Amino acid sequence: MVNFIIDGKKVEAKEGATVLQVARNNGIVIPTLCCHESVAPSGACRLCVVEVKKGKRTRIVTSCLYPVDEGLVVETKTERVMNVRRLVMQLLMARCPESDVLKAMAKEMGIEPQPAFHPETDKGKCVLCRLCVKACEDVVGVSAIGLSGRGKDKKVGPPFVEDSKACIGCGACAYICPTEHIVMEATDGKRKIWGRSFKMQACEKCGRYFAPVDQLKYISQKTGTSLKELAVCVSCK
Amino acid sequence: MKTAKNKQKSVKSIIKKYDGDKTAMIAILQDVQEEFRYLPKEALSSISKQMEVPLTRIYEIATFYNAFSLKPRGRNLVEVCAGTACHVQGAANLMDRIERDLKICCGETTKDKKFTLEEVRCLGCCSLAPVARISGNIHPNLTQDQIPKVLANYK
Ligand code: SF4
Ligand code: FES
Ligand code: FES
Repeated sequence: MVNFIIDGKKVEAKEGATVLQVARNNGIVIPTLCCHESVAPSGACRLCVVEVKKGKRTRIVTSCLYPVDEGLVVETKTERVMNVRRLVMQLLMARCPESDVLKAMAKEMGIEPQPAFHPETDKGKCVLCRLCVKACEDVVGVSAIGLSGRGKDKKVGPPFVEDSKACIGCGACAYICPTEHIVMEATDGKRKIWGRSFKMQACEKCGRYFAPVDQLKYISQKTGTSLKELAVCVSCK
Repeated sequence: MKTAKNKQKSVKSIIKKYDGDKTAMIAILQDVQEEFRYLPKEALSSISKQMEVPLTRIYEIATFYNAFSLKPRGRNLVEVCAGTACHVQGAANLMDRIERDLKICCGETTKDKKFTLEEVRCLGCCSLAPVARISGNIHPNLTQDQIPKVLANYK
């Protein structure tokens, strides 16, 4: 256990915890985009910055990555912190002017987009946080999508920008994306994602379309459960 | 032209050279590029399968570094330096002239597959600006007028 101070309050936390986790456990709100409990934090979005003081030195760090430490003094809402967050927010909004999620966050922080930050038109709503890529690789285990290119051309998608053979249509990427960049369309018996169309399995009991056939095949292959058994949805099991 | 089978074989031997070490991915891709003058899609897929590295990872590396090309390159790679020194010495004019002479734009390959034209940042010999590197040879203090002659040497 380590003891330290956050926003003037003495707290105790488990060693190895991040400042963000402890802040949240203590009811302190810190905005984040790229942090999700099912994948390791990466510090991509920079929204979660806080000020930490250790000895004589004060600096700005990303709270999602910074581990707590004995005697640390953390401030989450100083002017310096807010200035960095506002700048990050301006840059994110300039990249993704259409994102409603960002707009709502900005509103909450009292930020209006400034004309000095010229809005992009071709980036969609992607902030390049890599959450979807990590979910696909670490949680689902198929690595159907990745990042490619660099700098202003960096983007997310299946390799060679063509239908991914590895994709099973599970939709984990669309679910985890913090800015709703990834579109998943569902029509009767079909699901479309990353330009590929997947046939959906109808539950053998209730007839509801509940999962892509390819995903069930993948699960069956991984777990050894027969496809027949998997053809029944969760609510009918 | 290499047959598909031969291609497979050379990819295999390149991987073997590095003992299939995943951390040597960049070196492996460099060797593959040296072999084929670009990174063929099938080569990347087979590296992915043989080394058990997701294709997305390999594609990320291959598209990150400028030195890698996913499009077939010509026999001679013409790299016009657009670094600061060369830029100031008129690299843009050189590029212009080469584009006109080869009838291609920067980033393209001539129909006869003899030349691929690319722009690079600083070749590390700024005192010779403006420079172009053609098939590995540095051509120092290039002027527009010299270009037809220089290119003819590589035809
Ligand atoms: S698509 Fe969404 S989850 Fe994926 S990198 Fe972009 S913002 Fe992040
Ligand atoms: S949540 Fe910490 S950098 Fe995105
Ligand atoms: S700028 Fe051209 S060689 Fe350095």
